Amino acid sequence: MSDGYLYFPGCSLKGTGIAYEESLLAAFRLLDLKLEELDDWNCCGATSYMSMDETQAFVLSARNLSLARQAGNRDLIAPCSACYLVLRKTQDYVGKYPSIRDRVQASLRDADLPMMDGVRTRHPLEVLYNDVGVARIRSMSVREWRGGPLVCYYGCQAIRPYYEVDKPVQQTRMEEILGAAGIPTVDFALKTKCCGGSLTGTIHEVGVRLNYILLKEARRKGAQAMVTLCPLCQFNLDAYQAEIRKQNRESLDMPIFYFTQLLGWALGADPRSLGVQRSISGRRLAREWFSVEQEVPAHV
Amino acid sequence: MKVQRQMKYQREAHPEWAQQIAGLPGCEHLFSCIQCGTCSGTCPLSIYMDFTPRRVINLVREGFREDALSSQTIWLCASCYSCAVRCPQQIHITDIMYALKREAIKYRKFPKRFSIPVLAREFHRMVSANGRNSETWLVLRMALRSNPMILLNMAGTGWHLFRTGRMSLRTERIRRPHELPKNPKSSMEVR
Repeated sequence: MSDGYLYFPGCSLKGTGIAYEESLLAAFRLLDLKLEELDDWNCCGATSYMSMDETQAFVLSARNLSLARQAGNRDLIAPCSACYLVLRKTQDYVGKYPSIRDRVQASLRDADLPMMDGVRTRHPLEVLYNDVGVARIRSMSVREWRGGPLVCYYGCQAIRPYYEVDKPVQQTRMEEILGAAGIPTVDFALKTKCCGGSLTGTIHEVGVRLNYILLKEARRKGAQAMVTLCPLCQFNLDAYQAEIRKQNRESLDMPIFYFTQLLGWALGADPRSLGVQRSISGRRLAREWFSVEQEVPAHV
Repeated sequence: MKVQRQMKYQREAHPEWAQQIAGLPGCEHLFSCIQCGTCSGTCPLSIYMDFTPRRVINLVREGFREDALSSQTIWLCASCYSCAVRCPQQIHITDIMYALKREAIKYRKFPKRFSIPVLAREFHRMVSANGRNSETWLVLRMALRSNPMILLNMAGTGWHLFRTGRMSLRTERIRRPHELPKNPKSSMEVR
């Protein structure tokens, strides 16, 4: 572990989900964990690619895993749920199906790349939980949370169908980590109900409706904000609140955070370095909760 | 009032097609479905579907290819894997839905300019050419090739993303594109 981890950003963490990258890097730095971006990574081949050519999607993921193996066989952290799932599924299916393995092998050989065996795909939530641990997070948290209660939302592909990020049901690791960092959460029955993924862009009304249900239920539970672990969930919940307000005559305006932003806050990071100012909804609350101007020492 | 036959005749089925689907990776438990409906119950999108996931599975395993491929269900599936993990027969329903999407795209069993296959195609093209996806360009290309009017609705969101530094107009590329998989003839060619 002394060499740290490799990190696979994927398209979102360089664009709409840039706050996830910023806060992940900040939190890992404060925890003394080395995180190096995988050099020359390519698209993971997620959902849309799967509907065109499945084996090609596996081959794309295999190149990333192979690059990770070349870069010293470190664990590969994929923060985006879609990237995480495709990388993880590639490893699974290459092991299970000889037809896929043959094509993956042939394609890597053509590119003079080694076979991808042995590299572990991991999600930052599980790395923080297993490798750092709740106790260490508790002892390293230096800042008091001044914001309101939150609900943790896990979405889909990070926790299904592979159960390495959290338990199959009643997931609690985000709550445990935030709890250790002194941030209160409220239980949320819809924590693994789908946000619709790319449906908000394709069959818009249907996708937005799913997010309305999630936001409304979160508020009914008494939460003032939601916490996510996926750039697509964050985007969907964050970007369409104005439309939801208009359509349903709701006064909804809820900030949607990444769990790494909250963890970074507790660890003492500069709020600007966590990308909190990049939210579209709930900007006033986010600004208020993450402002350091009125900060008082924790012992007062 | 148009009255038409609501039941299917066995002769309209293609059992060999069902066998073919069941031979794909992840789809092997297709024939062990007990029609319990757990998939439809857990699916967050089944209330919008013309055939619920349970019915699609039934159509596929009986070989009613046309009905399965022209169903809206396969496009509404957001690949959240709820059904797959709850299926008591361990049928990987999500994989079957992907297989159906690929078939439908290959044989063009979808409405013209329908946004989801257009998105899949543009994504595939962009990644095959550059090795990476550029979010902004993908959305623009999808809109222009399906329904450009949606750009009007997207303008507000686009402005917010731009304002918060979450939108980039750069085309992302990898340095060593020759390492990408070559596109073999067998893969989908969709125009």
